[in-house]
Amino acid sequence: MEFLKQSFELLEKRELAPKVNLYKVRAPQVARARKAGQFVIVRVCEGSERIPLTIADGDPVAGTVTLVVQEVGASTARMAQVKVGECFADLLGPLGAPTHVSKIGTVVCVGGGIGIAPVHPIAQAMKAAGNRVIGVLAARHSGLLFFRDEMKKACDEVRVWTDDGSDGKKGLATDAIKEIQAEVGKIDEVVAIGPVPMMKFVSKLTGELGIPTQVSLNPVMVDGTGMCGGCRVTVGGKSKFVCVDGPEFDGHQVDFDELSRRQAIYKEDERRAMERLVKEVR
Amino acid sequence: MAPTIAPVPKDLKKRFQTPRQEMPAQDPVARGKNFEEVALGLQGEAAQLEAYRCIYCKEPDCVQGCPVGIDIPGFLHEVEKGNFSEALGILKSTNLLPAICGRVCPQEEQCESLCKTGKSKGNRPVAIGRVERFLADWERAGGIAKPVEIAPPTGKKVAVVGSGPAGLACAADLAKFGHKVTVLEAFHKPGGVLVYGIPEFRLPKAIVAQEISSLEKMGVEIVCNFAVGLTATIEDLQQQFDAIFVATGAGLPYFMDLPGENLGGIYSANEYLTRVNLMGAFDPEHNDTPVVRGKNVVVVGGGNVAMDAARTALRLGAEKVRLVYRRSHDEMPARGEEIEHAEEEGIDFTLLTTPVRYIGDEKGRVTAVECRKMELGEPGPDGRRKPVEVVGSEHQYPADVVVVSIGNGPNPLVPRTTPGLETKKGKIVARDASGRTSMKGVFAGGDIVLGAATVILAMGAGRQAAGSMHEYLQTGVW
Repeated sequence: MEFLKQSFELLEKRELAPKVNLYKVRAPQVARARKAGQFVIVRVCEGSERIPLTIADGDPVAGTVTLVVQEVGASTARMAQVKVGECFADLLGPLGAPTHVSKIGTVVCVGGGIGIAPVHPIAQAMKAAGNRVIGVLAARHSGLLFFRDEMKKACDEVRVWTDDGSDGKKGLATDAIKEIQAEVGKIDEVVAIGPVPMMKFVSKLTGELGIPTQVSLNPVMVDGTGMCGGCRVTVGGKSKFVCVDGPEFDGHQVDFDELSRRQAIYKEDERRAMERLVKEVR
Repeated sequence: MAPTIAPVPKDLKKRFQTPRQEMPAQDPVARGKNFEEVALGLQGEAAQLEAYRCIYCKEPDCVQGCPVGIDIPGFLHEVEKGNFSEALGILKSTNLLPAICGRVCPQEEQCESLCKTGKSKGNRPVAIGRVERFLADWERAGGIAKPVEIAPPTGKKVAVVGSGPAGLACAADLAKFGHKVTVLEAFHKPGGVLVYGIPEFRLPKAIVAQEISSLEKMGVEIVCNFAVGLTATIEDLQQQFDAIFVATGAGLPYFMDLPGENLGGIYSANEYLTRVNLMGAFDPEHNDTPVVRGKNVVVVGGGNVAMDAARTALRLGAEKVRLVYRRSHDEMPARGEEIEHAEEEGIDFTLLTTPVRYIGDEKGRVTAVECRKMELGEPGPDGRRKPVEVVGSEHQYPADVVVVSIGNGPNPLVPRTTPGLETKKGKIVARDASGRTSMKGVFAGGDIVLGAATVILAMGAGRQAAGSMHEYLQTGVW
């Protein structure tokens, strides 16, 4: 093992869905150390933000990590401009606590939209621990689905649900859980990752059904090492730092409404940063 | 290094009569709108005059007051004579980071508090810090210091975890002893609190960068984007390095657990300052990272960091910056100079007051702080009178930004991931001043051991650890 300055070269990039890109980045130290559920912080270039991104896959031998990123604002749009062979300025990780993985029985791993990427390594780890893993890919429509083959490899079974019925069954992630519950009888754990409303309603349902549920949160973050507290969320009435206490929490304890409000603090600034980027690109 | 003892000069009276040289500063109104350095530093002649105020006492107590033991009379005598290169050489032989120390050390509580000139009736101590800063600035302006001697390579490899004041001071000394030093930093830029915490107007980042680059020139390697505990553990490092110094600092901000504390616009001082300083939010033309710019900013706390946050808010365009502190003016832990600067700039000090809850709008953004008045009661264990809340004294201040600056706990990354390391309340336990921990070859120092303290105490701890690490590397005795 060496401790040298690293350069985070982009080795592969492909579009998985409109505005959703896969990035395979050289980061041998992160690839070696990372476990399911952990994330990295990327700073694309001088002047850009530090963006927290959950690791979607990794290869310790090749020394690479895979990130799946949706273009939602200036920083992620800036990321999409990086070409294969160029480098990200900075990449720090693996951050956060790994997913608690043990053999418990039947585990349902729900990925909603972009959340399919971070749920993938957790499904892999749950399966490796000897669980029966049912994957649920949920999205608004078929065009937003990706990682179908990867999830098929990671899970015992994969089910697809779309809001408009353009692929798989028509309905929401909650409908998928209800269906699985009715079929298999007992779900021992649900792991749900996706947009905040999806995680909120899945947690509400599984609370009623009495199924332990883990969610992975992606709040606004700066350093990712416990230093700033910008990522704090209320869990079970107590304030927690997602970067060091999470990113995964008991879905039945998370204050999702507060999380949504905190995620919206910088909407205006985001628009301004986007304008700056557009000007630069011209 | 032993302090220089020179014969007492004959012109003592004249020395005593020379007034302390005041340091020019930017106009308070103008500086409240820019991020440029506030204190402008002494010029050459003024620095020589200031050094002339040293009376060559036989027992230079000032050196005892310096956590890193700089030969203060030695460098003052050379400055007096105009030998700036020699003076800087003396200074740098014990302190490789003089531009930083000259700016952020609380000299009035350290070297200057023990200065004999200052003990004479009606006189004030030699402004040692200002002369130190002058020398560092002189070098930056192109002056050449007598080079620091570096011992031949020992072949030993040392890892320094964290590039804040303790880590940098330790790395500098270890490099001087001839060891191969690798500094591991989690952020994308080295410097720790010197770059994320202390604002540009108090410590320009170009100065920090320059002091760090002089360490690199000495052969110190700095690796950023490396979080020890996560990217690799202390055990992993032990496979590669002969000794390790852990200086990860006090980077876990405290909050007060008040209702509404997670509303938008409420920051820890760490987050607020990191956004502005490290991420450059003060300059949105060139940086994407945003910060909420409030009209009415309330800062909670009375330490140096609270002053930094309040003065930063002013520079970001706040109309009213109110600093809320639960005790009175005399108990404020901030340096006198920082409090004065903040007062001059128009920060409103609302003392004997504490927040009790935060009020927000329908979007979840803070709009007001509800406070309660405090009274000072009996002295507590630390000798300071304990503040007691006055029942029924609730009142509100409007606020669209609140910065909570009530201190920091130890950073949890290394303690949580190093089972063999003895800790107490999250802090790493060092056996003694040597910095030895419960793990062989692993030393620790600075805020991760002391709890949140000052830059110079951390530097002192770093230097002490470097000394004991050098001894350990040579003898193998733990």
